[in-house]
Amino acid sequence: MSVDSVFVHKMWNDTELSKMIGKDIPFPMCSDQDGRIGKMYGIYDEDGGVETRGRFIIDPDGVIQGFEVLTPPVGRNVSESIRQVQAYQLVRASNGTEATPSGWKPGKATLKPGPGLVGNVWKEWKVSEAFDE
Amino acid sequence: MPEEFKPGCKRPELTKKSVSPETTAIDQPEKEEVQTMVKVGKPAPEFSAPAFFEGKFVNVDLSEYRGKWVLLCFYPGDFTFV
Repeated sequence: MSVDSVFVHKMWNDTELSKMIGKDIPFPMCSDQDGRIGKMYGIYDEDGGVETRGRFIIDPDGVIQGFEVLTPPVGRNVSESIRQVQAYQLVRASNGTEATPSGWKPGKATLKPGPGLVGNVWKEWKVSEAFDE
Repeated sequence: MPEEFKPGCKRPELTKKSVSPETTAIDQPEKEEVQTMVKVGKPAPEFSAPAFFEGKFVNVDLSEYRGKWVLLCFYPGDFTFV
């Protein structure tokens, strides 16, 4: 989603993006030319007339589970966005009985919140797990 | 599925709708638009927007993605990095 027209989206896809990945962009490139949608999400830069790097995770019920907003010079970490979606999917599938601690990624242990876990996280989870090996 | 629209020689007409209630009170002075950040755990603002997708120009409605996880990304402009 950007303030560019769908025509510009097409040209960007055709002349550059498709060359990077060897196919068309596999998701819709939305146009928000007057910034109305960006304003609803709170990420429209009124001074620059552009949208900042806002990224929103929306669950299957249409509820916002998380967001991150960066100013233009710094790009996002796509792997981190995917990891967060995977973590939310796991939590949702467990009906909230499991939580993903810092540094969790698929295959790593989850935590089961409850009275028994209070004061005992140190037994279940090590600080080293917060970091990529 | 998003419906396709045929562009003419002008800009595609915007068919976006906003869920924020229109201020219709006549005796009220026009309120200055204040941008507020969305909240986690709250419904994502609904929108419908023109898009380029799989070689076509289509209208995308966020509500069509109920039942799926959505990663909605805004960025400053085409031909920048994302």
